[in-house]
Amino acid sequence: MKTQWQILVVDDEEVMRESLAAWLAEDGYGTDTAASGREAIDRARRKDYAIYFIDLKMPGGIDGIETMMEIRRLHADAPVIIITAYATVDTAITAMKEGAQDYIVKPCNPEEISLLVNRIIKVKNLQRENTILRKKLSRQYHFDDIVSKNARMQEICALASDIASLRSTVLIEGESGTGKEIIARAIHHCGDRAGRPFVAVSCAALAETLLESELFGHEKGAFTGAGAQKKGKFEMADGGTLFLDEIGDISQKLQVDLLRVLQEKTFYRVGGSDEVRVDVRVIAATKVDLRQAVQEGRFRDDLYYRLNVIEIHVPPLRERREDIPLLAEHFLERLGPELRKEMTGISEGAMRLLMDYSWPGNVRELENSVERAMVTCRGHVLTEDDFAFLARAGNGPSWTPPDATLDEMEKLMIEAALERKSGNVKEAAIALGIDRSTLYEKIKRYEIRR
Amino acid sequence: MSVLFVAPMEAVEEALLEEIKESLRHCFGIEVRRHAALGAPEYAWDGARRQSSAPLILRRLLAEWEGGGEGTTKLLAVTSRDLYIPMLSFVYGQAQLGGQVAVVSTARLRCEFYALPPDDELLRTRACKEALHETGHLFGLVHCPDARCVMALATGIRQLDLKQPLLCAGCAALAAEGRGEARERR
Repeated sequence: MKTQWQILVVDDEEVMRESLAAWLAEDGYGTDTAASGREAIDRARRKDYAIYFIDLKMPGGIDGIETMMEIRRLHADAPVIIITAYATVDTAITAMKEGAQDYIVKPCNPEEISLLVNRIIKVKNLQRENTILRKKLSRQYHFDDIVSKNARMQEICALASDIASLRSTVLIEGESGTGKEIIARAIHHCGDRAGRPFVAVSCAALAETLLESELFGHEKGAFTGAGAQKKGKFEMADGGTLFLDEIGDISQKLQVDLLRVLQEKTFYRVGGSDEVRVDVRVIAATKVDLRQAVQEGRFRDDLYYRLNVIEIHVPPLRERREDIPLLAEHFLERLGPELRKEMTGISEGAMRLLMDYSWPGNVRELENSVERAMVTCRGHVLTEDDFAFLARAGNGPSWTPPDATLDEMEKLMIEAALERKSGNVKEAAIALGIDRSTLYEKIKRYEIRR
Repeated sequence: MSVLFVAPMEAVEEALLEEIKESLRHCFGIEVRRHAALGAPEYAWDGARRQSSAPLILRRLLAEWEGGGEGTTKLLAVTSRDLYIPMLSFVYGQAQLGGQVAVVSTARLRCEFYALPPDDELLRTRACKEALHETGHLFGLVHCPDARCVMALATGIRQLDLKQPLLCAGCAALAAEGRGEARERR
């Protein structure tokens, strides 16, 4: 691996700059030297160094402090260490005031300089890691990366992009696995809150009391087990976005609390008496019809209208089948490096199978299916055989209502199997994995016409 | 194959030089030969600091080193003088990274420097470690993050004593390949 971090040593004394550069090179750093402030500035124009060692006293009209100021004009965060043989409190204060990271008095102990360099490089490594992760995140959740050629999806992306920098609440509706959270993240990462936290909470995953504490935090001793004060998701998302998934599942009490936060932008931690003020954009998502829940009195209408300032309805995958090949290829490409599989494509037969499948689990199910097929695939092209598990699952009806009961689902599956087998009960029973007599019994019970 | 010459600058204990020579041969698997004394580095003496300048010694050695009449050769000079580079209060030694010449000082390796009774065995162990370290730099090795590897940076005598007189597996592989890329650590 090549040396990564470059250090510039600036000193008018050749022995001084060359020996320090050599000492740093032994530590694995790349080094350059400059004999004057002007040469240093010239080098800094061409390259940003990880650390600048600059001698305070240099002849030629431009001293160490001026050199540092000029370099910091070029690179605002440049870590500069001022070297001085004339240690006075004044020069140290001036150097630090003007933005020097530190100053050292020569000659110094080798340990001192080693610690100083290591400390700066540690921060540099963290900053770089952070930048890479942020870039990765923003790429991952950018609208350009939402794979779709469906007109409705493109309208959604355009709308979401337009509203990214607003503070208005957003309600995203859609079946499970349609990518509601990805859209929420894309809205966050494309807006002016991108640098702030995105916090996601699944309201369905937690019991009412737990969810209350999860959202608003709690004070020490608020309930048994609350040994210390804890910040809630609202506080954690301050300045950023809070994504509330499965909002339709929250209790009436929480609906009131949530309405209050949305209206007042303040709340109380559980067991607390101090008001907490936050600046949070809320994006809510639901797979149930909230409008119907309002009509049935299960969801507060005032909260619904507060959440539904901007409404986005994400279509299920079966309503945008043209995206299936695009998405399948996208997952194949993305998962290849993760699974360490070199895949070149998906066969025509396999693609037909994917197009014919009903995808009740939507895009998430498609992604999981491609991954499963890739794991078991022995060649470089995914074939029908690799998706055999879909054919088995595909014995069901091509479309299942999201709120169907178990009996209704069973009836639909039996009807679909009989239709595929042209009414042949024996073959349909084999396909469904049940006895012929059991199938006859169910046909009778569900009053299925053959 | 590289030949490394070990040369005292002024009077240095014979047993010490022999042990350095053996440890270098053993660790790097190269041919190591003794060289006649190079002469005390009066030119590098700094009266104000009461130390000798390591960069000036390296500069002179490089200018005068003719390779001992051989092809690819390197020179490790051993001095009893206390060494420094202008930026630092002292150095145990200095080498041209991936170059030809290096110098090692025994001044701060002696227990007497720390007001302790002399210990010849400890001195020899420390001198061997420092000689191995600077020779590693001659072969292009940089400091190693493994504190027990002889290529670890020692900014004090305790760190030097903590090191083993051996290269870690990674540094040994790099040295064997005759290259010294920066280790994957920063």
